[in-house]
Amino acid sequence: MGLRNFFDRIEPHFEKGGKYEKYFPIYEMVESFLYTPKTVTTVAPHARSYVDMKRIMTYVVIATIPCILMGLYNTGYQTNLAIAEFGASGWRAAIIDMLGIGFNAANPLANMAHGLLYFLPIYIVTLVAGGIFEVIFATVRKHEVNEGFLVSSMLYALIVPATTPLWQVALGIIFGVVIGKEVFGGTGKNFLNPALTGRAFLYFAYPAQLSGDSVWVPVDGFTGATALAVSASQGFQALAANGMSWWDSFYGFIPGSFGETSTLACLIGLVFLLATKIANYRMVVGCLAGMIGFSLLLNWIGSDSNPMFAMPWYWHLVLGGYAFGLVFMVTEPVSGAHTNVGRYIYGALIGFMVVMIRVINPAFPEGMMLAILFGNVFAPLIDYFVVQANIKRRAKRHG
Amino acid sequence: MEDLISLAVKAIFVENLALSFFLGMCTFIAVSKKISTAIGLGISVMIVQSITVPANNLILTYLLAPGALAWAGFPEIDLTFLGLISYIGVIAALVQILEMVLDKYFPPLYNALGVFLPLITVNCAILGGSLFMVERGYDFSESLTYGVSSGFGWALAITAMAGVREKLKYSDIPDGLQGLGITFITAGLMAMAFMSFSGVKL
Repeated sequence: MGLRNFFDRIEPHFEKGGKYEKYFPIYEMVESFLYTPKTVTTVAPHARSYVDMKRIMTYVVIATIPCILMGLYNTGYQTNLAIAEFGASGWRAAIIDMLGIGFNAANPLANMAHGLLYFLPIYIVTLVAGGIFEVIFATVRKHEVNEGFLVSSMLYALIVPATTPLWQVALGIIFGVVIGKEVFGGTGKNFLNPALTGRAFLYFAYPAQLSGDSVWVPVDGFTGATALAVSASQGFQALAANGMSWWDSFYGFIPGSFGETSTLACLIGLVFLLATKIANYRMVVGCLAGMIGFSLLLNWIGSDSNPMFAMPWYWHLVLGGYAFGLVFMVTEPVSGAHTNVGRYIYGALIGFMVVMIRVINPAFPEGMMLAILFGNVFAPLIDYFVVQANIKRRAKRHG
Repeated sequence: MEDLISLAVKAIFVENLALSFFLGMCTFIAVSKKISTAIGLGISVMIVQSITVPANNLILTYLLAPGALAWAGFPEIDLTFLGLISYIGVIAALVQILEMVLDKYFPPLYNALGVFLPLITVNCAILGGSLFMVERGYDFSESLTYGVSSGFGWALAITAMAGVREKLKYSDIPDGLQGLGITFITAGLMAMAFMSFSGVKL
């Protein structure tokens, strides 16, 4: 193993007292990316488990693969459909022309290639911009650069619209990494989800580029409201007239951010995360129960002026970022509640909030992002009350 | 009745005194280290708020507003220029009473709140509540609702803040940001999460 020998040879330079001591985090990052970390816990308590942070984070990245593939396909598909009407322009079209792939929406390869041309720049900018700040903080504060950033950057790249200007993509992830995570000390010490913090920052700072009707499909001149915006103005019954059936939304053939459109892909990821016990099923159950319960209640109440009241829960499930948020953001162990009872309550709070924002708040058509941030804020409080109730119960039992 | 409910929801969430108007920041930041203390202070603010706003409403309606003294035979007198000082007087008197009650019946809370209890007197959330009541022309039942619910919204915010800060005890915050710095950042991030309500029309 030449590479292993190489690492062993240069390692002394990076350790304490070595020439490049200051750059140890960078060395450690590259090494642990390629090899299993060899550090073990030296003081008690010793819990034997093969699941370390590296494995957890890698599993989450693996779980996003279906979403990435569907996102690539769908972004290319939507773009090619619109190009058939409005014509192609820009450097991406030039590359496609050069490769001779064409803009046929019926050709899966052409769709994938086109989607990749949108996703890759965003993902690379996210990795580089966020990565630079992550490494700066790690070097100055002498902690390790870990795989948590890979997860945050992947999730972040999957929830921005394809048309977001790249400098805004960079700004958002930097905000998420620095203010959302690093000022609190890095992975595991934050209280808000870093990817969502960055996304919410962009949303409030540059609403023109991050919301509205023309941002979801990256073709000049094309405007198409998202399914949620359509239902907010005309009711969910109007979706069929706009060419969006429930199964389309379920499989993910509707305009939207990269990873959010396909509920099916998210559910595949969910099964994987639940099977590997990375995601806690209690949060998922709570979030589903909150969403279904509150939307049924709103259906029952009804409203003459607001068509969103009538939207049934199975539409809430497949539209917007609900499924993606449910699988990858609600189940995030750091910013969520930590007690078992608390996890149900935490999930239910998010499920309730997302329906509340979508239906009752006319300012935002989509609510998953803000609902999860709201849940993050109240998660420690939920834990506190669960623990207090437990103390009280046990004190009563044991006198 | 429906109006009052929507007013209450608005005062608690949409127009949260702490997280959307940033009122009462000094106590919000100083007394949010422990959840139990924060709950105590939150309840005190809520009590003070739900007494002062309706009390000030009565004072405004029957003493200060133009023509309010008609019942005493002075229909042409307008005493609104005395508003600010009367509201502060009412608040100060109430806080004094609350302090004595807490000292007598809840000494642990009284000691935990320390100097911040008298400081409720100059808490801008409390005075802000009364001034909003004047500006928006609430009647008595509306002021009662607004007082209770805006106080509750503030209490909710400070309790959530205390929860987050108890969690942040395990964080590794850079030296320059420890204490106030990170608390301000936290308050800002919480306000961002509370933006989910902004725009709700009831």
